[in-house]
Amino acid sequence: MIKVEALTKKYGSFRAVDDISFTAEAGRVTGFLGPNGAGKSTTMRIMVGLTPPTAGNTTISGRHYADLPNPGREVGVLLDASAQHAGRTGREILTIAQRTMGLPAARVEEMLQRVSLTPTEATRRVRNYSLGMRQRLGIATALIGDPEVLILDEPANGLDPAGIRWMRDLLREYADRGGTVLLSSHLLHEIEVIADDLVVIGNGRIVSQGTKAALLQRAGTFVRASARQGELLIALTEAGLDPSPSGDDGLRTTADPEQVGRIALAAGVPLVELRTADGAGLEEMFLELTSDTQRDGVTS
Amino acid sequence: MSATTSAVAADRPRTRRDAPAEPIRPIPLSRVISVELRKMFDTRSGFWLMASIAIAAVLATGAVILFAPDRGVKYSNFAAAIGFPMAVILPMVAVLSVTSEWSQRSGLTTFTLVPHRGRVVLAKAVATIGVAVASMVLALVIGALGNVLGSAVNGVDTRWDSSLLTFLDIVLGNILGLLIGFMLGVLIRNSAGAIVGYFVFSFVLPTLSGLLAANADWFHRLQPWVDFNVAQGALFSGDLTGRQWAHLGVSSIIWLIIPLAVGVRQVLRSEVK
Repeated sequence: MIKVEALTKKYGSFRAVDDISFTAEAGRVTGFLGPNGAGKSTTMRIMVGLTPPTAGNTTISGRHYADLPNPGREVGVLLDASAQHAGRTGREILTIAQRTMGLPAARVEEMLQRVSLTPTEATRRVRNYSLGMRQRLGIATALIGDPEVLILDEPANGLDPAGIRWMRDLLREYADRGGTVLLSSHLLHEIEVIADDLVVIGNGRIVSQGTKAALLQRAGTFVRASARQGELLIALTEAGLDPSPSGDDGLRTTADPEQVGRIALAAGVPLVELRTADGAGLEEMFLELTSDTQRDGVTS
Repeated sequence: MSATTSAVAADRPRTRRDAPAEPIRPIPLSRVISVELRKMFDTRSGFWLMASIAIAAVLATGAVILFAPDRGVKYSNFAAAIGFPMAVILPMVAVLSVTSEWSQRSGLTTFTLVPHRGRVVLAKAVATIGVAVASMVLALVIGALGNVLGSAVNGVDTRWDSSLLTFLDIVLGNILGLLIGFMLGVLIRNSAGAIVGYFVFSFVLPTLSGLLAANADWFHRLQPWVDFNVAQGALFSGDLTGRQWAHLGVSSIIWLIIPLAVGVRQVLRSEVK
């Protein structure tokens, strides 16, 4: 279990992480979602003691990271797959981790097989690795100590579709066996399929958190009236709802579909589409939640 | 608390280990040292840097045998010839063992696996000093073989004109030079910057110091106390007086202890990215 309490990190007057609190539970995959520069990596670096926080606290299984006697045995960390000495071979990098943690030498070969790096690839120097191979090596380094907690920063970057599928299965199995998985991403779809819980962050602040199911429900209703969109908008607003434009010519509101249907009926506006805004809803929610914090100003 | 917290399933296992594992013991310092030692050899550049110590010692010995006049074939000359390349290479070994964690960004893993950074720095210091001592012993042997071989080739008597005490002085001199490299690595934390820093320190600074001493009387008297290179150089010519030891101590505090303390403090507090 990872617990983050009122964590703040300031660089001068810039608040990279601004008073965030959340918990990543054992047996669940927690997705840490946010646009680039939202503070995900800074938060993760603070968790493992690489960056000192300005205020607040993070604990792993109830203890501070620095108090773990042999951290690699309890927390598997992958923050940046490219942060390795380019002149070492893949096998050597794993061997260094294995020796530091005091594990049997056989773990190195086990891990290479687990992440599907061939013996030939393992003897190549990391300088010649593709990003996908570096991610696999990074995952192997994180898993080698058989830890209870995994902290992975953008682990799917550079993986091909088969690789992403492989990693999804690996993390799912890991969490199902009782492990805690915290993984970050700026890609919603990547996280949507694997995470049980979501923590959405923008500009250093948590904009939303909860179970994926709860967040999907909150995505509300999508409604479309082909011709008389304006009338529908007025009717919904007058009924005290919160319609907002969605997609090409639709509206979205947090009310449930039945309520929206009644209002449309009363107003006499024919509908061509009325449904819960799931699936794509989470993406809209993500864009919306982060719209005032997004650098490109994308709106849904 | 958040919805995330409330979503815990109480019956879920707290650990993913299938069988109860043995208790997790702290990482002993000896293990960190052995890993740091391994990291000095396990890249091509690291390996050849280490190999260059032996190669340079052999080349220097060969040069003395070939080019020294007959009366020059004595142990002290072999020691001096081998000592010079070593005095340059060993500090580079120390610099790179520290700075590669930042320049190659491997520190991200190193300091995650061993969060107490002071232990990593200490392990690196012990490992580099260990390498230095081993290199010096190797050099001693190569020099001795060279002396035997050289006197045989040149048909002169084998002369052993160096004492163990002289050897220890030279070892200490080299370790101090290496620690200067180590200090610069810790302080600058960038390979290129620290190497340039080392050459400025050991080749540019002495010239400036000498010029100043020749032109300013006040500095002439002060120089032995503040010029580390002069104080350290005395070790290579052997037999220091009490006053010279005092010079060495004072200049080491100024150029080694204080900047090293500042550097270590920065390493402990800085952000590893």
